[in-house]
Amino acid sequence: MRHFFTILSHEIRMLLVSPSTYIAAVLFLGVMGFVFANILADYSRGPQQMSPAYVFFQVFWIPVFFMVPLLTMKCISEERRLGTLETLLTTPVSTTEVVLGKYGAAYFLYITLWASTGGFFSILDRFAGDARFLDPGPLIGGYLFIAISGLLFVALGVFASSLSRNQAVAGILAFAMLFAVIIGLRFLEGTTALDAESLSAFRTAVDYAQVFTHLGDFSRGVVDTRHLLFYLSGTVLALIFSILGVEAKLLHS
Amino acid sequence: MPDSSPAIEVRNLVKSFAGVTAVSNISFTVARGEILGFLGPNGAGKSTTMRILTGFLPATGGHVSICGLPVATRADEVKRLIGYMPENNPLPEDMRVTEYLHYRGRLKEIARSKLGDRISEVLDLCDLKRVRHRIIGKLSKGYRQRVGIAEAILAEPPVIIMDEPTIGLDPHQILIVRDLISRLRGKMTVIISSHILPEIEMTCDRVLIINQGRVVAAGAPADLRREILGPSRYRLEVAGDTTALAALIGGVDPSLKLDVIGEPDAAGFRALSLATDRDSDLGESLLRALAADSRFRFRSLGRDHPTLEDVFLAATRRSWDVVDAPQSSK
Ligand SMILES: Nc1ncnc2c1ncn2[C@@H]1O[C@H](COP(=O)(O)OP(=O)(O)OP(=O)(O)O)[C@@H](O)[C@H]1O
Ligand SMILES: [Mg+2]
Repeated sequence: MRHFFTILSHEIRMLLVSPSTYIAAVLFLGVMGFVFANILADYSRGPQQMSPAYVFFQVFWIPVFFMVPLLTMKCISEERRLGTLETLLTTPVSTTEVVLGKYGAAYFLYITLWASTGGFFSILDRFAGDARFLDPGPLIGGYLFIAISGLLFVALGVFASSLSRNQAVAGILAFAMLFAVIIGLRFLEGTTALDAESLSAFRTAVDYAQVFTHLGDFSRGVVDTRHLLFYLSGTVLALIFSILGVEAKLLHS
Repeated sequence: MPDSSPAIEVRNLVKSFAGVTAVSNISFTVARGEILGFLGPNGAGKSTTMRILTGFLPATGGHVSICGLPVATRADEVKRLIGYMPENNPLPEDMRVTEYLHYRGRLKEIARSKLGDRISEVLDLCDLKRVRHRIIGKLSKGYRQRVGIAEAILAEPPVIIMDEPTIGLDPHQILIVRDLISRLRGKMTVIISSHILPEIEMTCDRVLIINQGRVVAAGAPADLRREILGPSRYRLEVAGDTTALAALIGGVDPSLKLDVIGEPDAAGFRALSLATDRDSDLGESLLRALAADSRFRFRSLGRDHPTLEDVFLAATRRSWDVVDAPQSSK
């Protein structure tokens, strides 16, 4: 792992000079600012049941769908297309270090962008001066959820990038995977097709893997180890598949 | 004992891609400090062999070791011994030259304290000082090529593998690269592939010609010339009775034979071709004998100097004949 930090800092630098990072950042802050402004407009009209933070994190999926692909689509596919993967892998680094370094950099940027939304709440705190708006429970829970679910989402993006030498294909693939995990599983839970007795084990599994339920729990301050396990195991699996993806492409190229 | 082992040892190397055999049963060794030119027509399997040497591609069969370490099982250690410049010289587009070299130096485990000095050293060697702060994606091809070469020699590895390093360089740069490689002689083992044959002939101690994934010729350029193209030849333009000439030539050196006799031109001179197995130059004695004999008038004498290109063409043509023969007889 001695090269992990070399690759990590290099990748963060590369992300910081890449236009797609800035597209992601502008879109993200634009969308989240818009959402936040709407929330504030609702609250100024009259008292609401939920705290603003709770409503804010309910729409986490909108930025995830475009931000994660934009941050990750380039990471492995671009190196493969340019052929620099060949020079990279003929130095004393392992595939694992390469994948983890790239993953770490994308995750770091993902979290940095989310952390910048903290500014919204600090402005609210400064000018509203009303402690009711800044219920720390949903706020901390929401950010915790973002940090933990981000592990999986970014790992899925890296995995998608390891599968194709074309950035656009990798980006769309990442989008499809995220869609399947966040919306698809929710849809699956709603269908009655799984109600059969023989599928009950599957049904329970699907019930556990509800991203929106996890968000609700985190916002209420409930941190269930099963949820953590879901994200951590998913992340590890996606990263292992990315490493295998990079190596398998070498074997067959 | 890794220290007495050859720098590169390849035995019965085979590599096939989904049905296509790119390399079939290649064996060769490269001694330490030797510079090997790796030649072959397009699609011969040069790049594939080099990729296997670096451990980037796994071999289908056979044994490859670098400085005594088998590539298949000890790839990690082997990677520390190799500086590699792939075909087409892939480089990141949006980095500056020094930034890139710094990053690569860190990956190649050069100590942080030595890295700065080493980078300015290779920038000097490859004449990159003027573009050190430019973005690589905006450099001209020749400069990018030099960045690739600088990167390959950066960590001073014992073995350097370069796939067509001089492609796209101007004559000044070709000279510089040639000097650079010659300076590595004795210190590092170098394998270069190239289609610029005069280049290879001047820099390499030994050449290896492959075709269709097989070795078709190997050895020092001079030996190959003799082996592939046979005896050396002299060209002579003489007027006079050619039937008497054979005896005269035989008197100069018994191995000299009159090979081809052309038709006389307007002035009565014929172009003749003489063949001999001798390596030493017979020109002087030939001239003396001809000048002393009043029956002949002569206009010119020259020795044919076959180039590596002739050797290459002959060797690969011969191997095509071997490959094509079974198919055409069907
Ligand atoms: N990734 C690959 N998949 C399938 N076949 C391949 C692959 N790489 C190389 N080949 C085949 O292997 C053979 C040798 O290719 P290689 O690139 O080693 O040739 P080369 O000697 O470097 O040629 P050139 O002088 O054109 O660079 C070719 O027939 C090529 O089509
Ligand atoms: Mg090639």
